[in-house]
Amino acid sequence: MSSGSTLTEILINGVSRGAVYALVALGYTMVYGVLGMINFAHGEVFMIGMFACVYAIGIFSVAWGNHVLLNLGLGLLVAMIFSAGYGYANERIAYRRLRKAHALAPLTSAIGISTFLQYFIFLTVSKQNVGFPRYYSDMLTSNHIHLGGVDITYLQIAILGLTIVIMTGLFYLIHFTRFGIALRATAQDQLMASLVGIPVDRIIAFTFILGSALAAIAGVMVSMYDNVLVFDAGYRVGLKAFTAAILGGIGNIPGAVLGAMILGLTEALTTLGFGSEWNDVSTFAVLMLVLLLRPRGLLGERVADKV
Amino acid sequence: MLTLTNVHAGYGAIEVLKSLTLEVGPTEIVALLGANGAGKSTTLLTIAGVVPVRSGAITWQGAPLAGKADAVLRQGICLCPEGRHIFPRLTVLENLISGSFLLPLKRNPAKLEEIFTYFPLLAERRKQLGGTLSGGEQQMLAIGRALMGEPKLLMLDEPSLGLAPQIVAKIFEIIKVINRKGVPILLVEQNAQQALRIAQRGYVIVTGRNQLTGTGAELLASDEVRQAYLGE
Repeated sequence: MSSGSTLTEILINGVSRGAVYALVALGYTMVYGVLGMINFAHGEVFMIGMFACVYAIGIFSVAWGNHVLLNLGLGLLVAMIFSAGYGYANERIAYRRLRKAHALAPLTSAIGISTFLQYFIFLTVSKQNVGFPRYYSDMLTSNHIHLGGVDITYLQIAILGLTIVIMTGLFYLIHFTRFGIALRATAQDQLMASLVGIPVDRIIAFTFILGSALAAIAGVMVSMYDNVLVFDAGYRVGLKAFTAAILGGIGNIPGAVLGAMILGLTEALTTLGFGSEWNDVSTFAVLMLVLLLRPRGLLGERVADKV
Repeated sequence: MLTLTNVHAGYGAIEVLKSLTLEVGPTEIVALLGANGAGKSTTLLTIAGVVPVRSGAITWQGAPLAGKADAVLRQGICLCPEGRHIFPRLTVLENLISGSFLLPLKRNPAKLEEIFTYFPLLAERRKQLGGTLSGGEQQMLAIGRALMGEPKLLMLDEPSLGLAPQIVAKIFEIIKVINRKGVPILLVEQNAQQALRIAQRGYVIVTGRNQLTGTGAELLASDEVRQAYLGE
């Protein structure tokens, strides 16, 4: 294999990994953009999405047989609904009533929810590792297309394709619809938003729901990729996605995507050069370097602009 | 017609309005005057449904006015708050569109047209971010945004604050035009002289209570008002 095609493969790996981080990072950055708070229970939406999808596929295949595309599609939908429900509950339980409390109160309650959920899943369904049903993931991971000397799996294509579609849709929603104006207005001035009749509470709840549904998609993709589901997957991916959001400038949506891509590529290159066990070292080295040079993150606004 | 009868309201342990009574007729400009901390802004926020009424009654067109900010807005009462509260990172056009959030989008083009005739400058700057406008331009945008909601009563809190006299004159001129087109206005102002010149009636409040009331001309001529608010 030529070194040129190796590099291309690394790039594809890095970008698809980055796309997964981006889907999760969007949830962190959107909630921060609207509330000015970090949602520390966001990582778990990813994990819930994984488990919901696998169990749903199990039920569907018993109910009407192994129709790969139908069951995968419905499984993904179930995952998004479960994660969105969790995101909504998280907003109502950990955030809404504490919106005017000291900033540490919602943060602590979110960590509580996150830990509760991890160990609830661990004790109920995940004492043994659960795998993604092979019959379904193989179709996407074993088949590939050959492009310019490298193999790209169907799964990688699906991840990239879905991410591009979602980003485009999100950009359109936020910048070209009245709902988008309401979302940005709520982020900038809650009192004024309510004075023009924007339902601030519902906009905030929707932000949690939307971010959670996106993270569920990422969860399903990763569980097919890794073929294993663990109760603390959300914590590990959540930390990376959170880092990506900070790297790009928390609150800034293109920044979250950029940060996620940089992180994905850093990990792919580290895996090649030093082995994947060095991934965390290189990831956080990049974060610290960027923050030293540019404390607001790559695309973040100056703090003075936010006030 | 809007009426407040013996209204009490406040924040937490602090009662700001202590039995306030006032009314705004269907074609009037009514000025609400008072020193800092007298409760002028709280009066407007209470009518707007942001600060809850503790006792007393507010009625609007004969029926009790109750509920939160969006319910009040749905009945056509619109507050343009102190400090203008322009959305800094929305464009001028987006700021205006935000003002009609509760109304059908298809009514916007005609309203925008009308607002651009009041404030031609906003048309020129429609793609500029709200936060980059000057104070006077932001005040025009704030009034324009309120008009996008098709108000049946417009409440303006300190529209002249921090603006150059020339700009203030222009804004007061437009307030008169809006009123002549049939929108009653409740105007809170530091600039008592300007306010009383365009107002049919006015109220002076002191620590959340009624102190004086009369026509604009009567209050302008009153010794009490001259000493306390006109610096004479």
